[in-house]
Amino acid sequence: MHLALFIIFGAVCIGAAINLLVQKHPINSALSLIVVMGSLALLYLLLGAEFVAAVQVIVYAGAVMVLFVFVIMLLNAGEEERTPHGSRVATMLGVPGLIVGLGVGIWVVVRYAGLDRIAIGGPEILNGTEGFGNPHAVAQLLFRDYLLPFEVTSVLILVAIMGAVVLARREE
Amino acid sequence: MTIGTYILVSVIKIVIAMFVLLTAVAYTTLAERKVVAHIQNRWGPSRVGPFGIWQPLADGLKFIFKEDITPPFAYRPLYLLAPILSLTVALSAIAVIPIGPWVTVGGVHTPLQIADVNIGLLIILGLTSIGVYGIALAGWSSNSKYSMLGALRATAQMVSYEIALGLSLVGVLIYAGSFSLRDIVTAQSGTFLGVIPKWNIFTGQFIAFFIYLMAAYAETNRIPFDLAEAETELVAGYHTEYSSMKFAMFFMAEYANMFTVACLATVLFFGGWLGPVFGPPILQALLPVLWFVVKVLAFIFIYIWVRGTLPRFRYDQLMAFGWKFLLPLAIANILVTALIVALK
Repeated sequence: MHLALFIIFGAVCIGAAINLLVQKHPINSALSLIVVMGSLALLYLLLGAEFVAAVQVIVYAGAVMVLFVFVIMLLNAGEEERTPHGSRVATMLGVPGLIVGLGVGIWVVVRYAGLDRIAIGGPEILNGTEGFGNPHAVAQLLFRDYLLPFEVTSVLILVAIMGAVVLARREE
Repeated sequence: MTIGTYILVSVIKIVIAMFVLLTAVAYTTLAERKVVAHIQNRWGPSRVGPFGIWQPLADGLKFIFKEDITPPFAYRPLYLLAPILSLTVALSAIAVIPIGPWVTVGGVHTPLQIADVNIGLLIILGLTSIGVYGIALAGWSSNSKYSMLGALRATAQMVSYEIALGLSLVGVLIYAGSFSLRDIVTAQSGTFLGVIPKWNIFTGQFIAFFIYLMAAYAETNRIPFDLAEAETELVAGYHTEYSSMKFAMFFMAEYANMFTVACLATVLFFGGWLGPVFGPPILQALLPVLWFVVKVLAFIFIYIWVRGTLPRFRYDQLMAFGWKFLLPLAIANILVTALIVALK
Protein backbone atom coordinates (compact mmCIF):
# COMPACT_ATOMS: atom_id res chain seq x y z
CA MET A 1 0.00 0.00 0.00
CA HIS A 2 2.71 2.45 1.01
CA LEU A 3 4.82 1.48 -1.96
CA ALA A 4 1.89 1.90 -4.39
CA LEU A 5 1.05 5.33 -2.97
CA PHE A 6 4.71 6.33 -3.03
CA ILE A 7 5.04 5.39 -6.68
CA ILE A 8 1.80 7.16 -7.64
CA PHE A 9 2.58 10.43 -5.87
CA GLY A 10 6.24 10.29 -6.81
CA ALA A 11 5.19 9.98 -10.46
CA VAL A 12 2.68 12.83 -10.08
CA CYS A 13 5.38 14.97 -8.49
CA ILE A 14 7.92 14.35 -11.25
CA GLY A 15 5.28 14.70 -13.97
CA ALA A 16 4.16 18.06 -12.60
CA ALA A 17 7.78 19.20 -12.27
CA ILE A 18 8.40 18.38 -15.94
CA ASN A 19 5.14 20.08 -16.87
CA LEU A 20 6.32 23.14 -14.95
CA LEU A 21 9.31 23.44 -17.27
CA VAL A 22 7.48 22.59 -20.49
CA GLN A 23 4.46 24.88 -20.11
CA LYS A 24 4.66 28.18 -21.95
CA HIS A 25 2.19 30.13 -19.89
CA PRO A 26 3.42 31.28 -16.45
CA ILE A 27 0.13 30.53 -14.73
CA ASN A 28 0.23 26.90 -15.90
CA SER A 29 3.77 26.62 -14.60
CA ALA A 30 2.73 28.10 -11.26
CA LEU A 31 -0.15 25.63 -11.01
CA SER A 32 2.19 22.74 -11.82
CA LEU A 33 4.42 23.92 -9.00
CA ILE A 34 1.42 23.79 -6.67
CA VAL A 35 0.83 20.17 -7.72
CA VAL A 36 4.51 19.44 -6.98
CA MET A 37 4.13 20.99 -3.51
CA GLY A 38 0.95 19.03 -2.89
CA SER A 39 2.43 15.67 -3.88
CA LEU A 40 5.52 16.41 -1.78
CA ALA A 41 3.18 16.99 1.17
CA LEU A 42 1.60 13.59 0.52
CA LEU A 43 5.04 11.98 0.40
CA TYR A 44 5.82 13.53 3.79
CA LEU A 45 2.52 12.15 5.04
CA LEU A 46 3.53 8.67 3.84
CA LEU A 47 6.75 9.04 5.82
CA GLY A 48 4.73 9.68 8.97
CA ALA A 49 5.56 13.41 9.18
CA GLU A 50 2.01 14.76 9.47
CA PHE A 51 2.99 18.16 10.82
CA VAL A 52 5.53 18.83 8.10
CA ALA A 53 2.99 17.72 5.48
CA ALA A 54 0.34 20.12 6.79
CA VAL A 55 2.83 22.98 7.00
CA GLN A 56 4.02 22.22 3.47
CA VAL A 57 0.47 22.69 2.21
CA ILE A 58 -0.30 25.76 4.34
CA VAL A 59 2.97 27.61 3.77
CA TYR A 60 4.12 26.58 0.30
CA ALA A 61 1.00 25.56 -1.59
CA GLY A 62 -1.19 27.99 0.34
CA ALA A 63 0.79 31.15 1.00
CA VAL A 64 3.89 31.28 -1.19
CA MET A 65 2.23 30.01 -4.36
CA VAL A 66 -0.79 32.26 -3.87
CA LEU A 67 1.62 35.19 -4.01
CA PHE A 68 3.19 33.76 -7.19
CA VAL A 69 -0.23 33.45 -8.82
CA PHE A 70 -1.17 36.90 -7.51
CA VAL A 71 1.89 38.50 -9.11
CA ILE A 72 1.28 36.69 -12.41
CA MET A 73 -2.32 37.92 -12.38
CA LEU A 74 -1.34 41.45 -11.38
CA LEU A 75 1.28 41.81 -14.10
CA ASN A 76 -1.00 39.93 -16.50
CA ALA A 77 2.01 38.03 -17.77
CA GLY A 78 1.36 36.45 -21.15
CA GLU A 79 2.93 33.52 -22.93
CA GLU A 80 6.68 33.58 -22.80
CA GLU A 81 8.58 34.26 -25.98
CA ARG A 82 11.07 31.63 -27.03
CA THR A 83 14.09 31.89 -29.21
CA PRO A 84 13.56 29.62 -32.22
CA HIS A 85 16.58 27.44 -31.50
CA GLY A 86 18.07 26.64 -28.10
CA SER A 87 21.67 27.11 -27.12
CA ARG A 88 23.75 24.46 -28.92
CA VAL A 89 26.41 24.45 -26.20
CA ALA A 90 23.77 23.72 -23.57
CA THR A 91 22.47 20.74 -25.56
CA MET A 92 25.94 19.38 -26.17
CA LEU A 93 27.15 19.70 -22.59
CA GLY A 94 23.88 19.50 -20.69
CA VAL A 95 22.57 16.09 -21.78
CA PRO A 96 25.81 14.15 -21.18
CA GLY A 97 26.32 16.12 -17.97
CA LEU A 98 22.86 15.17 -16.75
CA ILE A 99 23.44 11.49 -17.53
CA VAL A 100 26.84 11.49 -15.76
CA GLY A 101 25.38 13.31 -12.71
CA LEU A 102 22.47 10.91 -12.41
CA GLY A 103 24.80 7.92 -12.85
CA VAL A 104 27.13 9.14 -10.09
CA GLY A 105 24.16 9.79 -7.77
CA ILE A 106 22.69 6.33 -8.31
CA TRP A 107 26.10 4.69 -7.96
CA VAL A 108 26.77 6.45 -4.63
CA VAL A 109 23.35 5.46 -3.26
CA VAL A 110 23.66 1.83 -4.36
CA ARG A 111 27.30 1.52 -3.31
CA TYR A 112 27.05 3.04 0.16
CA ALA A 113 23.42 2.61 1.17
CA GLY A 114 22.29 -0.42 -0.77
CA LEU A 115 18.95 -0.59 -2.50
CA ASP A 116 17.43 -2.70 0.26
CA ARG A 117 18.14 0.01 2.84
CA ILE A 118 16.24 2.76 1.03
CA ALA A 119 13.08 2.69 3.10
CA ILE A 120 9.94 3.92 1.41
CA GLY A 121 7.45 5.13 3.95
CA GLY A 122 5.66 2.89 6.35
CA PRO A 123 6.27 2.04 9.96
CA GLU A 124 9.72 0.55 9.36
CA ILE A 125 11.22 4.00 8.85
CA LEU A 126 10.10 5.22 12.25
CA ASN A 127 12.93 3.25 13.90
CA GLY A 128 11.07 2.96 17.16
CA THR A 129 10.98 6.71 17.83
CA GLU A 130 7.58 7.15 19.44
CA GLY A 131 5.40 9.76 17.74
CA PHE A 132 8.05 10.65 15.17
CA GLY A 133 6.92 13.58 13.04
CA ASN A 134 3.83 14.52 15.01
CA PRO A 135 3.43 18.13 16.21
CA HIS A 136 4.57 17.28 19.74
CA ALA A 137 7.83 15.69 18.62
CA VAL A 138 8.55 18.56 16.22
CA ALA A 139 7.88 21.08 19.00
CA GLN A 140 10.24 19.23 21.36
CA LEU A 141 13.00 19.47 18.79
CA LEU A 142 12.38 23.09 17.78
CA PHE A 143 11.68 24.65 21.14
CA ARG A 144 13.87 22.57 23.44
CA ASP A 145 16.77 20.81 21.74
CA TYR A 146 17.43 23.34 18.99
CA LEU A 147 15.92 26.49 20.48
CA LEU A 148 18.91 28.76 19.88
CA PRO A 149 19.55 27.82 16.22
CA PHE A 150 15.82 28.09 15.56
CA GLU A 151 15.55 31.58 17.04
CA VAL A 152 18.75 32.75 15.36
CA THR A 153 17.40 31.54 12.00
CA SER A 154 14.17 33.42 12.50
CA VAL A 155 16.09 36.61 13.33
CA LEU A 156 18.15 36.07 10.18
CA ILE A 157 14.97 35.75 8.11
CA LEU A 158 13.60 38.89 9.74
CA VAL A 159 16.76 40.78 8.79
CA ALA A 160 16.42 39.48 5.22
CA ILE A 161 12.80 40.68 5.04
CA MET A 162 13.77 44.13 6.29
CA GLY A 163 16.61 44.22 3.78
CA ALA A 164 14.18 43.35 0.98
CA VAL A 165 11.83 46.14 2.08
CA VAL A 166 14.66 48.66 2.14
CA LEU A 167 15.94 47.59 -1.27
CA ALA A 168 12.51 47.53 -2.89
CA ARG A 169 11.54 50.91 -1.56
CA ARG A 170 12.05 53.72 -4.03
CA GLU A 171 13.36 57.03 -2.78
CA GLU A 172 10.79 59.76 -3.25
CA MET B 1 -12.87 -3.39 13.28
CA THR B 2 -12.02 -5.05 9.98
CA ILE B 3 -10.99 -2.98 6.98
CA GLY B 4 -14.26 -3.85 5.25
CA THR B 5 -16.48 -2.47 8.01
CA TYR B 6 -14.18 0.51 8.35
CA ILE B 7 -14.61 1.43 4.69
CA LEU B 8 -18.35 0.77 4.83
CA VAL B 9 -18.78 2.94 7.94
CA SER B 10 -16.66 5.70 6.39
CA VAL B 11 -18.67 5.69 3.17
CA ILE B 12 -21.96 5.83 5.11
CA LYS B 13 -20.65 8.74 7.17
CA ILE B 14 -19.46 10.61 4.07
CA VAL B 15 -22.80 10.15 2.31
CA ILE B 16 -24.76 11.35 5.34
CA ALA B 17 -22.41 14.29 5.92
CA MET B 18 -22.63 15.40 2.28
CA PHE B 19 -26.40 15.08 2.22
CA VAL B 20 -26.83 17.04 5.45
CA LEU B 21 -24.29 19.68 4.47
CA LEU B 22 -25.76 20.29 1.01
CA THR B 23 -29.30 20.43 2.37
CA ALA B 24 -28.15 22.83 5.07
CA VAL B 25 -26.43 24.95 2.42
CA ALA B 26 -29.61 25.07 0.32
CA TYR B 27 -31.77 26.02 3.28
CA THR B 28 -29.30 28.62 4.54
CA THR B 29 -29.94 30.56 1.35
CA LEU B 30 -33.65 30.54 2.19
CA ALA B 31 -32.98 31.42 5.84
CA GLU B 32 -30.76 34.27 4.72
CA ARG B 33 -33.39 35.70 2.40
CA LYS B 34 -36.07 35.33 5.06
CA VAL B 35 -34.08 36.85 7.92
CA VAL B 36 -32.69 39.73 5.86
CA ALA B 37 -36.20 40.36 4.54
CA HIS B 38 -37.59 40.59 8.06
CA ILE B 39 -34.72 42.87 9.10
CA GLN B 40 -35.69 45.12 6.18
CA ASN B 41 -39.39 44.91 7.02
CA ARG B 42 -40.29 42.67 4.05
CA TRP B 43 -41.63 39.10 3.85
CA GLY B 44 -39.01 37.40 1.68
CA PRO B 45 -39.79 34.28 -0.40
CA SER B 46 -43.36 33.22 0.33
CA ARG B 47 -44.81 31.84 -2.92
CA VAL B 48 -43.18 28.40 -3.35
CA GLY B 49 -44.83 26.23 -0.71
CA PRO B 50 -45.81 27.32 2.80
CA PHE B 51 -43.36 30.03 4.04
CA GLY B 52 -41.44 29.48 0.80
CA ILE B 53 -39.89 26.20 2.00
CA TRP B 54 -39.54 24.81 -1.55
CA GLN B 55 -37.70 27.95 -2.71
CA PRO B 56 -34.22 26.28 -2.54
CA LEU B 57 -35.51 23.46 -4.79
CA ALA B 58 -36.92 25.97 -7.25
CA ASP B 59 -33.64 27.88 -7.20
CA GLY B 60 -31.69 24.67 -7.82
CA LEU B 61 -33.89 23.77 -10.80
CA LYS B 62 -33.52 27.28 -12.15
CA PHE B 63 -29.73 27.06 -11.94
CA ILE B 64 -29.75 23.73 -13.80
CA PHE B 65 -31.93 25.04 -16.63
CA LYS B 66 -30.05 28.33 -17.11
CA GLU B 67 -27.88 28.64 -20.18
CA ASP B 68 -24.27 27.75 -19.43
CA ILE B 69 -22.17 30.47 -21.04
CA THR B 70 -18.40 30.34 -21.45
CA PRO B 71 -17.03 33.73 -22.52
CA PRO B 72 -15.17 33.43 -25.85
CA PHE B 73 -11.90 34.85 -24.50
CA ALA B 74 -11.88 32.90 -21.27
CA TYR B 75 -9.01 30.49 -20.65
CA ARG B 76 -11.12 27.35 -20.73
CA PRO B 77 -9.24 24.74 -18.63
CA LEU B 78 -8.85 27.05 -15.65
CA TYR B 79 -12.29 28.56 -16.18
CA LEU B 80 -13.71 25.05 -15.66
CA LEU B 81 -11.28 24.11 -12.89
CA ALA B 82 -11.98 27.14 -10.67
CA PRO B 83 -15.57 26.35 -9.54
CA ILE B 84 -14.74 22.64 -9.12
CA LEU B 85 -11.76 23.50 -6.95
CA SER B 86 -13.76 25.97 -4.84
CA LEU B 87 -16.57 23.54 -4.14
CA THR B 88 -14.37 20.47 -3.57
CA VAL B 89 -12.20 22.26 -1.05
CA ALA B 90 -15.20 23.80 0.71
CA LEU B 91 -16.96 20.45 1.07
CA SER B 92 -13.83 18.52 2.11
CA ALA B 93 -13.32 20.61 5.22
CA ILE B 94 -16.32 19.00 6.89
CA ALA B 95 -14.42 15.67 6.99
CA VAL B 96 -12.38 16.49 10.09
CA ILE B 97 -15.06 18.25 12.11
CA PRO B 98 -16.32 16.22 15.09
CA ILE B 99 -20.05 16.61 15.66
CA GLY B 100 -20.33 14.30 18.68
CA PRO B 101 -18.57 11.80 20.94
CA TRP B 102 -17.90 8.15 20.09
CA VAL B 103 -21.07 6.12 19.60
CA THR B 104 -21.82 2.40 19.22
CA VAL B 105 -24.30 1.62 16.46
CA GLY B 106 -25.08 -2.04 15.75
CA GLY B 107 -21.90 -3.24 17.48
CA VAL B 108 -19.64 -0.80 15.61
CA HIS B 109 -17.82 1.71 17.83
CA THR B 110 -17.10 4.85 15.82
CA PRO B 111 -16.60 8.60 16.32
CA LEU B 112 -19.22 11.01 14.97
CA GLN B 113 -16.68 12.44 12.56
CA ILE B 114 -15.54 11.25 9.15
CA ALA B 115 -11.82 11.27 9.93
CA ASP B 116 -10.39 11.67 13.42
CA VAL B 117 -6.91 12.93 12.55
CA ASN B 118 -4.45 14.44 14.99
CA ILE B 119 -3.74 17.47 12.77
CA GLY B 120 -7.41 18.28 12.11
CA LEU B 121 -7.08 22.02 12.58
CA LEU B 122 -4.06 22.22 10.28
CA ILE B 123 -5.98 20.32 7.59
CA ILE B 124 -8.76 22.89 7.72
CA LEU B 125 -6.25 25.75 7.53
CA GLY B 126 -4.57 24.03 4.58
CA LEU B 127 -7.86 23.58 2.78
CA THR B 128 -8.81 27.23 3.32
CA SER B 129 -5.49 28.33 1.87
CA ILE B 130 -6.05 26.09 -1.18
CA GLY B 131 -9.57 27.54 -1.52
CA VAL B 132 -8.04 30.91 -2.45
CA TYR B 133 -7.01 29.42 -5.82
CA GLY B 134 -10.61 28.77 -6.80
CA ILE B 135 -11.36 32.47 -6.56
CA ALA B 136 -8.05 33.68 -7.96
CA LEU B 137 -8.23 31.40 -11.00
CA ALA B 138 -11.91 32.19 -11.61
CA GLY B 139 -11.12 35.88 -11.80
CA TRP B 140 -8.02 35.48 -13.92
CA SER B 141 -9.36 32.93 -16.41
CA SER B 142 -12.60 34.84 -17.06
CA ASN B 143 -10.58 37.50 -18.88
CA SER B 144 -12.82 40.28 -17.65
CA LYS B 145 -11.79 43.41 -15.76
CA TYR B 146 -14.45 43.07 -13.08
CA SER B 147 -13.61 39.42 -12.42
CA MET B 148 -9.94 40.29 -12.36
CA LEU B 149 -10.33 43.13 -9.86
CA GLY B 150 -12.60 41.00 -7.69
CA ALA B 151 -10.12 38.13 -7.69
CA LEU B 152 -7.17 40.39 -6.90
CA ARG B 153 -9.05 41.90 -3.99
CA ALA B 154 -10.19 38.51 -2.74
CA THR B 155 -6.72 37.01 -2.93
CA ALA B 156 -5.03 39.89 -1.11
CA GLN B 157 -7.79 39.94 1.49
CA MET B 158 -7.77 36.20 2.15
CA VAL B 159 -3.98 35.97 2.36
CA SER B 160 -3.93 38.90 4.82
CA TYR B 161 -6.70 37.65 7.06
CA GLU B 162 -5.45 34.06 7.04
CA ILE B 163 -2.59 35.21 9.26
CA ALA B 164 -4.85 36.83 11.85
CA LEU B 165 -7.15 33.79 11.66
CA GLY B 166 -4.33 31.33 12.23
CA LEU B 167 -2.81 33.33 15.09
CA SER B 168 -6.17 33.75 16.84
CA LEU B 169 -6.37 29.95 17.14
CA VAL B 170 -2.99 29.57 18.87
CA GLY B 171 -4.42 30.51 22.28
CA VAL B 172 -6.92 27.64 22.03
CA LEU B 173 -4.14 25.30 20.95
CA ILE B 174 -2.02 26.30 23.94
CA TYR B 175 -4.93 25.42 26.26
CA ALA B 176 -5.71 22.10 24.58
CA GLY B 177 -2.13 21.09 23.74
CA SER B 178 -3.29 19.36 20.55
CA PHE B 179 -4.24 20.00 16.93
CA SER B 180 -6.92 17.33 17.09
CA LEU B 181 -10.37 18.93 17.08
CA ARG B 182 -11.68 16.07 19.24
CA ASP B 183 -9.01 16.71 21.89
CA ILE B 184 -9.76 20.44 21.77
CA VAL B 185 -13.42 19.75 22.56
CA THR B 186 -12.69 17.27 25.36
CA ALA B 187 -10.23 19.77 26.87
CA GLN B 188 -13.19 22.14 27.34
CA SER B 189 -15.31 19.74 29.42
CA GLY B 190 -16.20 20.55 33.03
CA THR B 191 -17.71 23.62 34.65
CA PHE B 192 -16.83 26.48 36.99
CA LEU B 193 -18.92 26.29 40.19
CA GLY B 194 -21.16 23.77 38.43
CA VAL B 195 -22.83 26.47 36.30
CA ILE B 196 -20.53 28.14 33.78
CA PRO B 197 -19.10 25.63 31.29
CA LYS B 198 -15.33 25.62 30.79
CA TRP B 199 -15.60 26.53 27.12
CA ASN B 200 -12.67 28.46 25.75
CA ILE B 201 -14.80 31.57 25.30
CA PHE B 202 -15.28 31.67 29.09
CA THR B 203 -11.70 30.76 30.01
CA GLY B 204 -9.98 33.83 28.60
CA GLN B 205 -10.13 33.30 24.83
CA PHE B 206 -12.78 35.99 24.46
CA ILE B 207 -10.59 38.33 22.41
CA ALA B 208 -9.32 35.43 20.32
CA PHE B 209 -12.90 34.53 19.50
CA PHE B 210 -13.65 37.99 18.14
CA ILE B 211 -10.44 38.06 16.13
CA TYR B 212 -11.39 34.66 14.75
CA LEU B 213 -14.92 35.76 13.91
CA MET B 214 -13.82 38.91 12.08
CA ALA B 215 -11.01 37.16 10.22
CA ALA B 216 -13.38 34.34 9.29
CA TYR B 217 -15.91 36.78 7.85
CA ALA B 218 -13.15 38.22 5.72
CA GLU B 219 -11.98 34.73 4.71
CA THR B 220 -15.44 33.77 3.52
CA ASN B 221 -15.90 37.09 1.68
CA ARG B 222 -19.04 37.98 3.58
CA ILE B 223 -20.41 41.37 4.51
CA PRO B 224 -18.91 43.58 5.96
CA PHE B 225 -15.82 42.29 4.11
CA ASP B 226 -17.36 41.24 0.79
CA LEU B 227 -15.23 43.60 -1.29
CA ALA B 228 -14.40 40.77 -3.68
CA GLU B 229 -17.94 40.82 -5.02
CA ALA B 230 -18.94 44.39 -4.19
CA GLU B 231 -21.81 44.60 -6.66
CA THR B 232 -21.99 48.40 -6.59
CA GLU B 233 -18.56 48.67 -8.20
CA LEU B 234 -17.57 45.24 -9.56
CA VAL B 235 -20.85 43.80 -10.92
CA ALA B 236 -20.33 40.50 -9.08
CA GLY B 237 -16.57 40.32 -8.65
CA TYR B 238 -14.74 37.12 -9.45
CA HIS B 239 -17.81 35.19 -10.63
CA THR B 240 -19.17 37.90 -12.95
CA GLU B 241 -18.71 35.75 -16.06
CA TYR B 242 -20.07 32.54 -14.56
CA SER B 243 -23.60 31.36 -15.17
CA SER B 244 -25.79 28.34 -14.52
CA MET B 245 -24.40 25.53 -12.33
CA LYS B 246 -20.88 26.93 -12.43
CA PHE B 247 -22.12 30.02 -10.64
CA ALA B 248 -24.16 27.79 -8.33
CA MET B 249 -20.97 25.92 -7.41
CA PHE B 250 -19.31 29.15 -6.22
CA PHE B 251 -22.47 29.97 -4.36
CA MET B 252 -22.56 26.56 -2.67
CA ALA B 253 -18.86 26.83 -1.85
CA GLU B 254 -19.43 30.17 -0.14
CA TYR B 255 -22.21 28.77 2.03
CA ALA B 256 -20.32 25.54 2.76
CA ASN B 257 -17.42 27.71 3.92
CA MET B 258 -19.80 29.57 6.20
CA PHE B 259 -20.69 26.22 7.76
CA THR B 260 -17.05 25.27 8.18
CA VAL B 261 -16.38 28.57 9.93
CA ALA B 262 -19.43 28.11 12.16
CA CYS B 263 -18.47 24.49 13.00
CA LEU B 264 -14.92 25.54 13.78
CA ALA B 265 -16.09 28.41 16.01
CA THR B 266 -18.32 25.95 17.86
CA VAL B 267 -15.57 23.37 18.27
CA LEU B 268 -12.82 25.79 19.24
CA PHE B 269 -14.59 28.31 21.44
CA PHE B 270 -18.00 26.96 22.41
CA GLY B 271 -17.23 23.42 23.52
CA GLY B 272 -18.39 21.60 20.39
CA TRP B 273 -21.01 19.00 21.30
CA LEU B 274 -20.64 19.57 25.06
CA GLY B 275 -23.80 20.47 26.92
CA PRO B 276 -26.23 19.07 29.47
CA VAL B 277 -26.92 15.38 28.73
CA PHE B 278 -29.75 13.54 30.47
CA GLY B 279 -32.62 11.10 29.93
CA PRO B 280 -32.75 7.61 28.39
CA PRO B 281 -29.77 6.21 26.42
CA ILE B 282 -31.16 7.16 23.01
CA LEU B 283 -31.58 10.77 24.16
CA GLN B 284 -28.10 10.72 25.68
CA ALA B 285 -26.69 9.73 22.32
CA LEU B 286 -28.62 12.37 20.38
CA LEU B 287 -28.32 15.38 22.72
CA PRO B 288 -24.62 16.14 22.04
CA VAL B 289 -25.34 16.29 18.29
CA LEU B 290 -28.32 18.53 19.00
CA TRP B 291 -26.16 20.94 21.04
CA PHE B 292 -23.62 21.02 18.25
CA VAL B 293 -26.25 21.76 15.61
CA VAL B 294 -27.87 24.47 17.76
CA LYS B 295 -24.53 26.22 18.27
CA VAL B 296 -23.66 26.05 14.57
CA LEU B 297 -27.05 27.40 13.54
CA ALA B 298 -26.63 30.25 16.03
CA PHE B 299 -23.41 31.21 14.24
CA ILE B 300 -25.12 31.01 10.86
CA PHE B 301 -27.82 33.31 12.22
CA ILE B 302 -25.17 35.80 13.40
CA TYR B 303 -23.68 35.71 9.91
CA ILE B 304 -27.03 36.65 8.40
CA TRP B 305 -27.76 39.18 11.10
CA VAL B 306 -24.42 40.92 10.46
CA ARG B 307 -25.19 40.95 6.76
CA GLY B 308 -28.50 42.64 7.40
CA THR B 309 -26.95 45.21 9.72
CA LEU B 310 -23.52 46.38 8.65
CA PRO B 311 -22.40 48.33 5.57
CA ARG B 312 -19.37 47.31 3.52
CA PHE B 313 -15.85 48.41 4.47
CA ARG B 314 -13.65 50.43 2.16
CA TYR B 315 -10.71 48.45 0.82
CA ASP B 316 -7.98 50.46 2.56
CA GLN B 317 -9.95 50.23 5.81
CA LEU B 318 -10.12 46.48 5.39
CA MET B 319 -6.38 46.10 4.90
CA ALA B 320 -5.49 48.52 7.71
CA PHE B 321 -7.90 46.74 10.05
CA GLY B 322 -6.41 43.32 9.27
CA TRP B 323 -2.74 44.23 9.45
CA LYS B 324 -2.64 47.05 11.98
CA PHE B 325 -5.35 45.98 14.42
CA LEU B 326 -6.23 42.27 14.25
CA LEU B 327 -2.68 40.98 13.75
CA PRO B 328 -1.05 42.81 16.72
CA LEU B 329 -4.06 41.96 18.86
CA ALA B 330 -3.76 38.27 17.97
CA ILE B 331 -0.04 38.27 18.82
CA ALA B 332 -0.76 40.00 22.14
CA ASN B 333 -3.39 37.37 22.87
CA ILE B 334 -0.86 34.58 22.26
CA LEU B 335 1.68 36.22 24.60
CA VAL B 336 -0.84 36.72 27.40
CA THR B 337 -2.28 33.20 27.04
CA ALA B 338 1.17 31.63 27.02
CA LEU B 339 2.11 33.64 30.12
CA ILE B 340 -1.04 32.53 31.96
CA VAL B 341 -0.48 28.86 31.08
CA ALA B 342 3.20 29.08 32.01
CA LEU B 343 2.48 30.66 35.41
CA LYS B 344 -0.27 28.19 36.28
